[in-house]
Amino acid sequence: MATIKLTRPKLDAGEKMYFGSLIKGFFLTMTHAVKSLRGKSAGSKGLASSGMGVTMQFPEQRWDEHMPEYYRGAPTLVTDEQGRERCVSCQLCEFICPPKAIKIIPTEIPSDDKWAKVEKRPLEFDIDMIRCIYCGMCEEVCPEQAIYLRKDYLITGTSRGQMVHDKKKLYEIGGVRVGLVNKWNELK
Amino acid sequence: MPELLISLAIIVVKIVAFTFLVVLPLVPISVYFERRFSAIIQDRVGPNRVGLPLTLFGAKKDFHLFGLFQPMADGLKLFLKEDFTPDHVNKAFYWLAPALTVVPALITVCVVPFGPDVTLFGHTEKLVIADIDVGPLFIFAISSLTVYGITLAGWSSNSKFPFIGGVRSTAQMISYEICLGLSVIPVILYYGDLNLNNIVQEQATNGWLLLPFWTNNELSLPSLQTTLFLIPAFIAFIIFTVSIFAETNRMPFDLPECETELVGGYHTEYSSMKFAMFFMGEYAAMVIGSALIITLFLGGWSFGFGLDEAIANFSIGDFQIGGFIHVGIFLGKLLTFILFFILVRWTVPRFRYDQLMKLGWVIFFEAALINVFLAALIIAAPELTAVITTVGLILLAVVTAAVIWVAKVSEPPAKILRA
Repeated sequence: MATIKLTRPKLDAGEKMYFGSLIKGFFLTMTHAVKSLRGKSAGSKGLASSGMGVTMQFPEQRWDEHMPEYYRGAPTLVTDEQGRERCVSCQLCEFICPPKAIKIIPTEIPSDDKWAKVEKRPLEFDIDMIRCIYCGMCEEVCPEQAIYLRKDYLITGTSRGQMVHDKKKLYEIGGVRVGLVNKWNELK
Repeated sequence: MPELLISLAIIVVKIVAFTFLVVLPLVPISVYFERRFSAIIQDRVGPNRVGLPLTLFGAKKDFHLFGLFQPMADGLKLFLKEDFTPDHVNKAFYWLAPALTVVPALITVCVVPFGPDVTLFGHTEKLVIADIDVGPLFIFAISSLTVYGITLAGWSSNSKFPFIGGVRSTAQMISYEICLGLSVIPVILYYGDLNLNNIVQEQATNGWLLLPFWTNNELSLPSLQTTLFLIPAFIAFIIFTVSIFAETNRMPFDLPECETELVGGYHTEYSSMKFAMFFMGEYAAMVIGSALIITLFLGGWSFGFGLDEAIANFSIGDFQIGGFIHVGIFLGKLLTFILFFILVRWTVPRFRYDQLMKLGWVIFFEAALINVFLAALIIAAPELTAVITTVGLILLAVVTAAVIWVAKVSEPPAKILRA
């Protein structure tokens, strides 16, 4: 390893006196203070600040409209425009889920059902939102385009039970998603 | 007998009013200012929510009051936390140390003049708890006891980081006490008085030490001697202020605490109210330090510009209560100075330990000593012949040059770093 010899930079008299730099520093901090009080801090517009610094103050202001397209919120189940629940209980998401937040109990689709050839659907589909890490692997792995991370970020509850999203709740948040590949439709 | 009782009652009222209703509330207020001011410096908002929770009592709206109640909530939290005493500490000193930091800081309140005399019910009273003739000396004597609290806390915690913090604080505070004491000598020479109340009264009539633009309550230009004395006064002001920063362990010199190196420094092992006592002691010391700087250099309670007599004589009926206006002026100045303390904390980067010691012993100690002689020369000049004055000036210049030369020579050569 080559040895590089460095000497400390030579300071001139003004730098050694230190007071000039101190006053410069005061000017810098005070400029920031005044700008932040007037709501004109650098970047406050892009960050939609509340008028104090660059901070958006949460319960009054929401960042919903500033949310990026790729935002990963709560994972949900979706139905398609034909009203079919898209999950076929393959349990890939359950196996891929890194924190093991998903629990699926599959069931057969009865033979008199319109979608009997799909064979399976979930009887229970629970996502424990305390465990969920919003990684999006379930969405990525799903072969049926059934599970999606929506933009909901306010997942709260007053007990552990409330934090487990069951099938009903998941479909409620997920809603209907149109324009998906409908591979179970009859060929025309 | 009744007179004795009345004077005792007055003393108790003064102690309670000034210590517990003026200085102690300033501690949470300065904590609040610290958090809000640092926030706006860093483009943030800071605590702005905690106020009166009226919705708890059925009202429609909460009053947030800009978060002014945040320090109260913090204090309440500290009260309710578990007061944990680790097994390995020396219990007696561990329990004694927090009290030893907070009590000296509060005792020094008693010589700070909050305002001029007030007359209530035909009785004239000074707005200072103890009007003693050794004000600054008393403050130095008592406030230097604070170092025992910190050292004992560091030692009795029986754990390495607090110990290092305690050792550092001992060295730091003892070093800077010398600069503190020496830098204030020119001021005392100038006034020829050690009574803080008289010093402030003198400044109110004849101009502040750093702003001498009025004499006998009338605006006028300062005399040549006063103008010349501005030089040592300003040097003394800078040394004194910086030393106060070091004495109160504030940011550029917060080596006893230094979160970055020593976890929490001397109070690492403390929790709950014992920790809060250290916290309070630190802020109370800051309040008293600012009060002392204002009193000595910036006119204390005086408003300045020759208006003080008019304000002090303001009275309603028999009650001459202009003094209370002066208390307000004093508190205003105090808050401004506390804001300056906070600004410094969030602007100036920390000093390294050797830089701190060098600043104290090599620069400030010598500068303060030379400053004493410069001030003495300026004060004595009218009574000396021109020859002696010149000789004195030359001697002073030679000594200054010699000190600078010694400091320069003794500086170790620039080290070669390896990267």
